[in-house]
Parts: sequence; structure tokens; C-alpha cells
Amino acid sequence: MLSSDLQTKSLELTHLDRLEAESIHIMREVMADAVKPVMLYSVGKDSAVMLHLARKAFYPSPPPFPLLHVDTTWKFQAMYELRDRMARESGMELLVYQNPEAKERGINPFDHGPLHTDMWKTEGLKQALDLHGFDVAFGGARRDEEKSRAKERIFSFRTASHGWDPKKQRPELWNLYNARKAKGESIRVFPISNWTELDIWQYIARENIPIVPLYFAAPRPTVERDGLLLMVDDDRFPLLPGETPVERSVRFRTLGCYPLTGAVESEASTLSEVIQEMLLTTTSERQGRIIDKDGGDASMEKKKQEGYF
Amino acid sequence: MTDPVYVTDALIAEDIDAYLEQHQQKSLLRFITCGSVDDGKSTLIGRLLYDSKMIFEDQLAALEADSKRVGTQGQEIDFALLVDGLAAEREQGITIDVAYRFFTTEKRKFIVADTPGHEQYTRNMVTGASTADLAVILIDARKGVLTQTRRHSFLAHLIGIKHIVLAVNKMDLVGYDKAVFDRITLAYRAFASEIGITNFTAIPISGFKGDNITALSDNTPWFKGPALIEHLENVEIGSAADEGKPFRLPVQWVNRPNLDFRGFSGQLASGKVRPGDAVRILPSGKTTTVDRIVTLDGDLDEAVAGQSVTLTLADEVDCSRGDVIAAADAPPEAADQFEATLVWMADEAMIAGRAYWLKLATQSVSATIQQPKYEINVNTLDHLAAKTLELNGIGVVELSTDKPITFEAYGDNRTLGGFILIDKLTNATVAAGMLHFSLRRAQNVHWQATDIDRDMRAGLKNQRPALLWFTGLSGSGKSTIANLVEKKLHRMNRHSFLLDGDNVRHGLNRDLGFTEADRIENIRRVGEVAKLMSDAGLIVITAFISPFRVEREMVRSMLPEGEFIEVFIDTPLAEAEKRDVKGLYKKARAGQLKNFTGIDSPYEAPENPEIRIDTTAMTPEEAADLIIDRLLG
Repeated sequence: MLSSDLQTKSLELTHLDRLEAESIHIMREVMADAVKPVMLYSVGKDSAVMLHLARKAFYPSPPPFPLLHVDTTWKFQAMYELRDRMARESGMELLVYQNPEAKERGINPFDHGPLHTDMWKTEGLKQALDLHGFDVAFGGARRDEEKSRAKERIFSFRTASHGWDPKKQRPELWNLYNARKAKGESIRVFPISNWTELDIWQYIARENIPIVPLYFAAPRPTVERDGLLLMVDDDRFPLLPGETPVERSVRFRTLGCYPLTGAVESEASTLSEVIQEMLLTTTSERQGRIIDKDGGDASMEKKKQEGYF
Repeated sequence: MTDPVYVTDALIAEDIDAYLEQHQQKSLLRFITCGSVDDGKSTLIGRLLYDSKMIFEDQLAALEADSKRVGTQGQEIDFALLVDGLAAEREQGITIDVAYRFFTTEKRKFIVADTPGHEQYTRNMVTGASTADLAVILIDARKGVLTQTRRHSFLAHLIGIKHIVLAVNKMDLVGYDKAVFDRITLAYRAFASEIGITNFTAIPISGFKGDNITALSDNTPWFKGPALIEHLENVEIGSAADEGKPFRLPVQWVNRPNLDFRGFSGQLASGKVRPGDAVRILPSGKTTTVDRIVTLDGDLDEAVAGQSVTLTLADEVDCSRGDVIAAADAPPEAADQFEATLVWMADEAMIAGRAYWLKLATQSVSATIQQPKYEINVNTLDHLAAKTLELNGIGVVELSTDKPITFEAYGDNRTLGGFILIDKLTNATVAAGMLHFSLRRAQNVHWQATDIDRDMRAGLKNQRPALLWFTGLSGSGKSTIANLVEKKLHRMNRHSFLLDGDNVRHGLNRDLGFTEADRIENIRRVGEVAKLMSDAGLIVITAFISPFRVEREMVRSMLPEGEFIEVFIDTPLAEAEKRDVKGLYKKARAGQLKNFTGIDSPYEAPENPEIRIDTTAMTPEEAADLIIDRLLG
């Protein structure tokens, strides 16, 4: 009885083992056909896991591609710090791209609403990919995040103008990926498609992966605006008449541009407490983000067709 | 029975570390749900997500609002809305693609492939099934076993799914009647054994009301279990058949950080491996032993099927992407001709004789498929004669690859037996295939070694053999210029042969017509003849429209590097039509000639021809001189 139990054990990998092996397989498969791959690195927890998997996939070589951060200049300070540290530790080249037009026009989340995301992120990403001529870009999106993502392939094809056509996806069978493409076309590859938010957290805990401290609760200066708790991360935050930053114990479930990312009040200051809170919580992860909501029901799908990651 | 959800909640709240410890040891089950459009598939999945608390309050609020607005369940929650993703299909009220959903219980994490049930989407179901360990076949209790049920069961079995669950849904609408359930189960058993499904688990459920989903329902006291979730949690994944299988690792990537390290990265397709194990590299057959199993977390003592690792070998043997490292005493075979089942997945039908890319594990080769031996009607399971396979068609074919591949029968090893076909022009994935066995012919037809080789023959003629392949529209001037080229070569004492399209069709190819498949075979034969002639040392000139890039590339690949010279006679359609030397354009325009290149059949111009002749800018004489210059210069 015992010996057969042990035997089964050695053959039955845990769910994290299987997810890890699948992601590594995907990354290595990309190297077969890619001419100039790049890993999009947004510094969030999903990016952290993706980067960690890349280091595992190619060890002892460093991952054979650079990291690309499409910067909006409005990320949290703590994100910039971790970004630079991880690039150093992984031995990978870090490319930072800021859309020069957005910069020149001073596009910001306070005055420009949806245009901010459109110009810095969507346009910035297209420009960066075109500028460097990357033909494959790894992204850290997960299928459990949002309904239109659930149907996206792991290898997702983009036209020369970066558009996505949900009806023209290639079938993906077994673990066989068809990465052939015509000149000008590019592929977005999502190696952690099958991971859930809980998987990500468990893996971060299991592997001791460094993440931005903002995921843990700490006293931070915040103001409440439009139902969101916003952190006053630097002095570019224009306070409205009567608004004063209040110190609250908060943390973030997702990280983006600080003026667009809502915090949650929390005392969870360790990884297990964060996971505990996540499991007991009653609102979904993207709730704190403004981006999914403008444009209503199918807004993410629409954004993807336009070239958003 | 206690509702498992509350147990979990308590543990999370009281001892999160114990909970995490427990959850790290969870296994993963991937399954598909199949049913026809209104068997309640999306509702069932929505219910699974809901019952395992994968729905948050904000999503639930949105769901309730949506249910009232566009739902089909009146004022009640329409779970289907949770899973029907893309905007277009939400309006149509149907699922149109494969979507993946996730939920977790105390024992397992689950990935659900939600595959659509209507006729035209066999493709999607096969895709979803290819990664599944288990299939849930949904039946509407009011309707019983339908044609779709048979089709889904056949496909699940075809793709090798070992665990089948028959979920008899909407039991609430038949008054939870045991007799209905028994009748359906019996009918299904009869059908299942017909197609080779020996074992399945039948469960009466209501996705809408939640009966027998997480716990046994009071509405069906006659049903002793297991409930659906309970079954999904306990079904054995690593099937007994997989244990003891020999080690195989398809090499994905050669890891060379520096001159001192050379590792071979890949995911174990079967078996296990330890340092010191004797292995054989396929296809070379060289043997060596495993030195280390290298990972970022340190070297491993053992790696098992499913793990992604990097191996180093004791000896410096040749090994690269596409090779398979296997147990030395039980290596897989290599072959270049096979019988296989194909599932056609593209709008454009299969073309017998055309070369496609075949990808199997990490190997990519060129493959041609013969006319199907038969097509399988997925509704009746009859074998039908077929010339081709259309979208969603399933058939048994013979195929040959341009070089041997290392393989195993799909039934023995999904990774080394499952493949996809890729269109060489559009790069679309056009088919999925499963290898049955190799045809021994490849091993029995040997090359006869001859003492006089092609270089010696060409040397005697004092020339370099070549194939001048003229391509262009009908009436572009191919034959005229080709003829001039041969006359000039002849005057220069060069040994040549002109293969003309019309002439070849009077003899060698007189059995061929003008369908796409016949045109391809026409070019293939001409290519083979041209190759023999160039082996004989001749300068071969051919003049065929040869409209398809893939076929010209096929001939190019038959010849030694540099001997295939593509001569593009570039005459615009309007100009060729104006000349219309044989009056063919006129006939084609009048609808008397079908499949006429340039009119109702495409001409794919060469992208990088060795020689391009613009007939609007030079005379045939000048063109011929230019070609000879380039050939001999």
C-alpha cells in the first residue's frame, strides 16, 4: 500500500508543478521560431512570476531576450525600484519605452481620462514593438482575469498593425504551438494563461519570488475619490479643494498607474495574510482598475482588438 | 454531507498556513464539457464556478443585472452569462470557441475547456479535448441520447480521453425520475461499447438547480453517488497505463551559456530519467548516459513525465532541437510513411499531394497527404469514400514526410503520436492528426548505389547541370523564350532538354486533369523527371504556368542547392490576355474553361525569383540572352 502510494506520488505532479512545466515548455518553444523575442515586464506580481519562470526555463543561460517596460511615467515609485533591481539580478537587458508624443503633450491620468491609457500603454506598446522590430512578445495575462481572455490562445497572432481578430485564432492542440508567421505579423505569447490569481500567490510563496512591497499592507497617504482609495505617491497628485491625504493601512491587489489604481484597506502585511484576505474577499481582482469599465461590457475585448495587450 | 465550501472557509480564516500547505499538494485535472447548444453546458460551468466560490460579489452583482437584461432564465440568475465571453456570441446567446475556466476545491485545481456543441465546430471540441484528462458529456434528460451525444463521445474517444462522465442534466424538468435516468444510461451504454468506450460514470444532475453537483441531492434519493465534484476530485489522473512507459524527451532547445556547458532542454513526454541512465539519441541512434538533470533549484535525482528539465550527457554526441532522447534499450522508431487519422480544421479543404508543414513534438518536416482511404461520418460512424477532407471532416489517410521522424503510435504516446499540419502559404493550422503506424514501404525500397554519379556524368558533358524553371501566366511568353534559350544553348554545345507543359500532358501526364490536386501531381512528376535529367548531367528547361508557390518550392527542394533557377516571365494579365495566342482567355472569360489561371484560379507570383523577365520591356531574343548570361555567367 505504502510503496504504491509513493510510486503514484512520484508520477503525479502537483498543480503548481504542472503549471510551471507548461509555462517553461511554452517559453522554450517560442525560441524555436522567434527571430527577436522580448518579454513585456509590467513589474506586477504576474510579471514577477513570468520572469521567474523564464529564468528557470533557460537556466544556466540567462533568458535569451530583453525585458521591455512600456512606461507611462505614472507608476508607483516602488515599482520602478523593483524593476531596476530585477533586471540587474536576472542579468537581462531592460528596455524602457515612453511614448514621446504622450510625453510631449503631457498626457496624464488626471486631465486626460482614457486617452492616458490609450497613448502611454496601447500606442506606446505598438511603437516600442515597431521600433525594435520584435516579432514575439511574452505577456503575463491570465485567462481567469477577464472573460475575453478566457478564449484567447496562448500564441495570439497580431496583424502588422497589431490588431487581434478573435475569429481568426489558430487552434491549439496538445502542447503543439504553431508559431509560423508572415513578415510583419507578430505573436503575443501568454505563458501563464492557465494560472489563476491563487496559483500566482501560492507560487510566489513557494518560490520566494520578490514582489513590489505595495502588495502588502502598510500605512500610506491616501485620498478617497470616485469610490476609489488612491495613494498620493508623489507631488504630482493634484489635490482637490478640501482634500487632504489621510494615512490609512492599505495594500494593492493589482498595480498600474498610481492615480488609476485603487487600494484596499487592509492589515495583511505578510504573504499568507494577503492570500488569506484574497480567499476571503468578495470582490474580484480587476475591480480596483478603471480600465475595464470604460466602454462598458466588452471593453477589454475591444481594447485587445485595437492592440492593447 | 457538509458543504465543502464552509470547511474551506473556516480553515482559511483560522489557519491560513495549514490551508496553503494543504493546497500546495493539490493535483490538477483538466476536463472538457460537451453538449449541444442548449444542454445547459454554460449553466453547468457557471454553477461549478459559483459553487466553488470563484465568483466575487462584484461579478455576482453584474451577473444579476445581466441576467435580468439578457438572461434566458427570467428573474433567476443565468449562470451561462458568466462564461459566455465574447461580445458577438453574447448577442447570439451561443458559445463559439474554446474557452478555459478555472476553479478549485480542497482536493484539486480544475481547468475546464468549454467547447461548443453545434455541428460546425468539431474543430473546437477536438482542440479542447486534446489537453483533457476527462470529458463530461451532457445530455438533456428530456431528449436523451442525440446525434450530438454520439459525435461528442466519438471525438472524446478518438482523442484518447480515458475518463468519460455522462451528466444527465435538467433532471428537475423530468421530475427527478429514476426511470428516465436509467433509460438514458442504458441507451448510452449500448452506443458507447459500439465505439470502444468501455467505462463511464453516469450522474443525474441539474446545473440550474444545483442537484448532485457539489453534494448528493435530496431530490434523487435513488442515486447513491458520487456527486459530480466528488467524482472529479477523486478520478485517477496518471492512468495506470502511463506507469512503466519508457523514457522520452523531445529536445526543444540546446542550452549553451558557455563552452563548458551543453544542456538539452525539454519536457518529458513519458517515463522517468535519472543521472547515469543509458539513453539513445534519435534519429542518429548514438548512445550515451545522462550526466546531470539541471534546474535553477539545483540538480535533480530524478525527473518524471510532464516535467520540464535540462539534461547534460556524459559524451559529446550530436543532439539538437527535434531530436528525441530516449531510454537506450527501448527507443521509439523512425519512419517517413504513415497511416494517420486527420481532423481537418481549415475552411480551405485538404489538397491531396500538396506539401504541408507537419509539426510533431519538436520536429517540423514537410509532409504530403494522399487522398483519404475513407472519411468517417461522425454521426453514423460510417466509412465513406472521399477525395478530400473539408472543414470538420475526419478521415484516415496515408502521408509521407520528406525525412524520417521519430514517433510512436498516438495510442501509446500522445506527444510522439499527435501532430498538426500547417499551410505553407498562410501559416494557418489546418489539421490535427494522430499517427497509427508506419507503413513499412519506406524501409523496403532502398536506394541502389551506382558507380557513376551525377558529377561524373556532368563532367563528361563539360557543364554544370541546372533546372531553368519558367513560370508565368498563360500567354506570357514562357514557351517562346524557353525555346530560344534551348536553341542558343544547343549552338553553344550545351546538352539540354526542354520539358514543355502541353507535350508532357500528351504522354507521362495524360491521366491528369486540371483540378487543383491534378495540377499539383503534374508539377510533382515534372519535378521528378527534371531531377532525373539533371542527375544525367543535362541543363533542363521547363515551361509550365505552375501557379502555386508551394509546388515550385517543392521542386526546388528536390534539387541540390543552387540548381533550381526560377525564371519568372512577368507579363501583366491584361497584356497576356491581349495577346491571347491560343484564344484561351476568350474561352475562359466566356465561362467555357474552368479553373483558368488569372481568371478564376489564382497565380502566385514568385517572391524572389532568380531571374525576372519583364516582357513589356524586352524582346524574346533579349530575354533569352539575359537568361543564358545569368546561367553560364
